[in-house]
Amino acid sequence: MIKIEKLHKSYPIGKDSLHVLKGLDLHIKEGEFVSIMGSSGSGKSTLLNIVGLLDEHDDGNYYLNGQIIENLDEKKAALLRNKFLGFVFQSFNLITYKNALENVALPLYYQGMGRKERQNIALQYLDKVGLKDRADHLPSELSGGEKQRVAIARALVTNPKVVLADEPTGALDSSTSDSVMDLLKEINREGMTVFVITHEEDIAAETDRIVRLKDGVIISDVKTKANSKA
Amino acid sequence: MFDLDRWIELFQTLSKNKLRTVLSGFTISFAILLFTLLFGIGNGLKHTFEKQFAGDAQNSIYINSGRTTKPYKGLQSGRQIQFRNDDTKFMNEKFEGDIQFFSPNIQRFNVQAIYKGEQNRYTVRGVYPDYQPLEESVIENGRFLSVLDIKNKAKVIAIGRLVEKDLFGEFNAVGKNISLDGISYKVIGVFSDPGGDNDERYIYTPFTTAQGIYKPYDELDYFGLTFNPNLSVDQALSFSNLLTKMLKEKHNVDPRDQGAIRVRNYAEGTKNVQQFMGFLNGLILLIGLGTLVAGIIGISNIMVYIVKERTKELGIRKALGATPKSIIGMIMLESIFVTAIAGYIGLLIGVFSLKAIGSNLEKYFILNPSVETYVIVGATIILVVAGTIAGYIPAKRAAKIKPIVALNDE
Repeated sequence: MIKIEKLHKSYPIGKDSLHVLKGLDLHIKEGEFVSIMGSSGSGKSTLLNIVGLLDEHDDGNYYLNGQIIENLDEKKAALLRNKFLGFVFQSFNLITYKNALENVALPLYYQGMGRKERQNIALQYLDKVGLKDRADHLPSELSGGEKQRVAIARALVTNPKVVLADEPTGALDSSTSDSVMDLLKEINREGMTVFVITHEEDIAAETDRIVRLKDGVIISDVKTKANSKA
Repeated sequence: MFDLDRWIELFQTLSKNKLRTVLSGFTISFAILLFTLLFGIGNGLKHTFEKQFAGDAQNSIYINSGRTTKPYKGLQSGRQIQFRNDDTKFMNEKFEGDIQFFSPNIQRFNVQAIYKGEQNRYTVRGVYPDYQPLEESVIENGRFLSVLDIKNKAKVIAIGRLVEKDLFGEFNAVGKNISLDGISYKVIGVFSDPGGDNDERYIYTPFTTAQGIYKPYDELDYFGLTFNPNLSVDQALSFSNLLTKMLKEKHNVDPRDQGAIRVRNYAEGTKNVQQFMGFLNGLILLIGLGTLVAGIIGISNIMVYIVKERTKELGIRKALGATPKSIIGMIMLESIFVTAIAGYIGLLIGVFSLKAIGSNLEKYFILNPSVETYVIVGATIILVVAGTIAGYIPAKRAAKIKPIVALNDE
């Protein structure tokens, strides 16, 4: 599903440049539940941004769903994001003046789907994350855990190939974190590839495979036993 | 083109961000309101001027005679110059092409007019039928003097509206006989005159009739004429200069003598007024355009600020699959919609304010301020174009921001 070969990325800082990713190789298959671990500055967010087509890599190859990603213009990137990727962010990134249902339906709007159909599908996904009764609430009227559930519903609504979650529990307390992780696990059980970035050991431990990143290189890549599928 | 979803999205964004919408709308409304008011008041000033200079044909010239002030060709100064019928003939022959209407004139002040018990004193003028368009008077009832009246030296008169009111009250004067200094005249018409009360207290009688009664031989008092309206102001001035020169030559008057033959050309006044109005128009246009430009700059600033404020939202939209084109389209639709609606509101308030002012500010020389339709249409078009430009530049920039940069924006 996601295949990365010798991926390099550096950011210019004044006259110098900061080499963030130093030749990563990573292969994530369809249906995997993978977490990327690392302290801040290890390059894990940069990796997610590149995988999520929010940023461009400098060198190396990136294949998404078998398709090589290179020379993407904004329009193509937008279409690929919409079709293949669902995002869950640490700070939720819901649009503040739209209610839960409208937030979830927004990716479908950019697919050009009709209003009625859009709202029906969005409502189904809100139901799936257990927030059907909150459909007409604004983000400011929802708790942190509820906001993240809305964000997850929004990530799923286009039925993408991969869900990318950037510290999805970073802003939540531990019990809310657990329920969000349970939701992600459930999605994964249904066959969705889930790609989580975290710096919390216990969150990573809930996934099937942990990739540890330090200073822009992969230092370990192990499958966890506890959650390996039967 | 029409996409219901885009409009729903637009109205939601606008209504959920009321302060922003009102702020940007207010800038435009205010600019257009000022523009409309300035334009309207400028037009009000223009109307006042037009009214002040109404009453006589704008292309009229009056020629009077007086005493010479300079000796010339062996003739002494202080000599009275007298116009005669041969001057009428001379001018008719020499200037036929440049003259539109022409009439010699005999004027008697303080003539006693009596009808039954009523009496009053008026100025009586002996004129040609051409005198009517010269004064721009309008026949209300009956008719003005005719060529036949001149030929027959008929004892007929056309009287001003106020003469009729003075002597006849509410009754119709046409067909009645009035005595002027003891001689009986038949009223053939009543006229009104845009020049005001004075001009509506004149009594007109055929030139030949007046000459027979008031003048020895073929003397006359002065000439009134209008020049060909196709002449430009400068051509009209050179025409009246030539006329003056030839008349002075004919009567042996020094060309520099200002007293003996006096030519009053309305074109001179018209020229000054036109120059002043041109200046005023230019000033109004400048101020109006300035206000518009200030409005455009204001809306551009606000659009830049709005896009900056929305950077994160735009980043989210891009992460969810919004293409640059859809981002540009969204921001531009908003900006055009807000400018057009707000501008139209400003325009409406402006036009209604002008209507309300009406003639209330007449003592400040502002009469019926108004804005022409083409100005309104023009201003609206400028607005929409401004809205497009004001929206396009920040929209283009917004679409270029990388989603990751936008998402990190706080």
